[in-house]
Amino acid sequence: MGKTLVNKSSLTISENGLEKPTSSKRLEVLKTYKIYIGGQFPRTESGRYYVPTNEAGKKLANVCLSSRKDFRNAVVAARGAVSGWSGRAAFNRSQILYRMAEMLEGRKAQFIDELIEQDNTKAKAEKEVNLAIDRLIYYAGWCDKFQQIFSSVNPVASSHFNFSVPEATGVVSIIAPQGDSLLGLVSVMAPVIAGGNTCVILASETKPLCSVTFSEVLHSSDLPGGVVNILTGKIQELASWFVDHMDVNATIYCEKDSNTQKSMREKSALNLKRIFFYDKVNWYSAAGQSPYFILDTQEIKTTWHPVENIASAGAGY
Amino acid sequence: MGAPSSTLLPQFSLTPRIDQVGVEERAARFTTRSIKKEAKLNGLLLVLNMIDLTTLEGKDTAGKVKQLCYKAMHPHDAYPGLPGVAAICVYPSMVKVAKKAVDGSGIKIASVATAFPSGQAPRDVKIRDTKYAVNEGADEVDMVISRGKFHEGEYNYVFDEIAAIKEACGEARLKVILETGELGTLDKVRRASDIAMHAGADFIKTSTGKIQPAATMPVTLVMLEAIRDFYYKTGKMIGMKPAGGISKSKLAVHYLVMVKEVLGEDWLTNQWFRFGASSLANDVLMQIVKEKTGVYQSANYFSID
Repeated sequence: MGKTLVNKSSLTISENGLEKPTSSKRLEVLKTYKIYIGGQFPRTESGRYYVPTNEAGKKLANVCLSSRKDFRNAVVAARGAVSGWSGRAAFNRSQILYRMAEMLEGRKAQFIDELIEQDNTKAKAEKEVNLAIDRLIYYAGWCDKFQQIFSSVNPVASSHFNFSVPEATGVVSIIAPQGDSLLGLVSVMAPVIAGGNTCVILASETKPLCSVTFSEVLHSSDLPGGVVNILTGKIQELASWFVDHMDVNATIYCEKDSNTQKSMREKSALNLKRIFFYDKVNWYSAAGQSPYFILDTQEIKTTWHPVENIASAGAGY
Repeated sequence: MGAPSSTLLPQFSLTPRIDQVGVEERAARFTTRSIKKEAKLNGLLLVLNMIDLTTLEGKDTAGKVKQLCYKAMHPHDAYPGLPGVAAICVYPSMVKVAKKAVDGSGIKIASVATAFPSGQAPRDVKIRDTKYAVNEGADEVDMVISRGKFHEGEYNYVFDEIAAIKEACGEARLKVILETGELGTLDKVRRASDIAMHAGADFIKTSTGKIQPAATMPVTLVMLEAIRDFYYKTGKMIGMKPAGGISKSKLAVHYLVMVKEVLGEDWLTNQWFRFGASSLANDVLMQIVKEKTGVYQSANYFSID
């Protein structure tokens, strides 16, 4: 801004002729918390929103109240991303998870602020963000190693080599932990995508801020669109759609509500999808990370390969 | 019946000009209709019944065509009572195989002809191509116009060629493919539509499916309006077939809305309206099963082609 030319009582007119208030207080630009589908940030197709509040009664934001159609669109995006993502070199998936951790580290302050707004103390918020970053690094490391741990060469009674190897199951729908809204989401998502699956996640209903901000981290991490899709909304409304969609291969639910668990079990039988309840896991403890979480959303493929007998060589390989 | 006497023909260089912005706005309006529940289900069943299930690949084999014919008759046996598709659309060399495979089912055999998809062949070759398809048993012939001649302004050549192919078709219904993706402007789409209808087309069709863009709603709207004007002038109904690029049921239902609002309900049968598509059928089936069961479906549980 240039030199002030004219002084009036409450306004100054700068060289370029624009009036501006003398008070230094400016209107904050508030972020619209949108959902994340197929690498884009649309609003919910339903046009609905809800307003979660923190314990002090402060309104956190106007958050998208996603509908079943948003979920359907997200599954289409996730299905479209399966072959590309599972077909990548495991090492490349590892690089991308590591990149996520880098991006999260760079935006730590924003996540801490949001967690504090969602009723955390500063110390706890810092711990949660640090642990979330470390967890991404942990699973980045596992991307190209879990296959060796869980694969086997099986003894068979014929002239075949017989291998069993894990392969991604496909599209996984996840209802993320309600409490630890960042660490929980990262801890459930990371093993699913580390194994080559794609997913649709319903973020914490009451604490959605950092889940939505986390999708911006994903967006800048070279993660292909559609691999992770994040919706905000109500579990009661969406749970049954998450589990009875025929194009979903596995469902993860992280709450203890036994009625929901029961109905999810029943509906999952429709296409025999795998279903997991991570309702007793303490995401802060050492038990909150393990390669066995990766194994949950893998299928074991067994291959019979004839042993090649090369003339006069005596044995195959 | 032959081509009408040329003294009655309009000057094709004077066909109405098209307001592109207006057409696009109008076409966009059709996509805002909300069609749910029973109306949606009935719409989907109608769409299924209007599909020309198509395979036009260099790699087509008799086995592939037979498989497609089976699919045409039995779209999804888990839900008996679904209507079959309108027709199977193949190359002339596959007509006999297809005709035998759908025998007795009422499903028509459409064959592309006239040096499809480019149309770059002498007229006698095109006529023989057409006669071959008809002799093999094709009920419908999908011809392509000579786009090169059209762009050169040789409208009489294009007209005469369509009339000659119509004559070669005999009893078979003639669909004239304008290949709108190669025509360039909506004005030209309208002009080509008028030429085709006056020359004896029973159907006008947007595209071969080999050129992008293929069928779009604005292009189809222009052709539907040409059909409407032709009907007002001559009292003769002409069919419409958008082809290529319509692979989602929602879009197909929007097309039905457009047909109903431009031409009226008389055109809402597979006698007068068709979709040229291969993957649309599965999407429609998935939506029908979704409507009946309330559960979103997966392509894994439907036939691949």
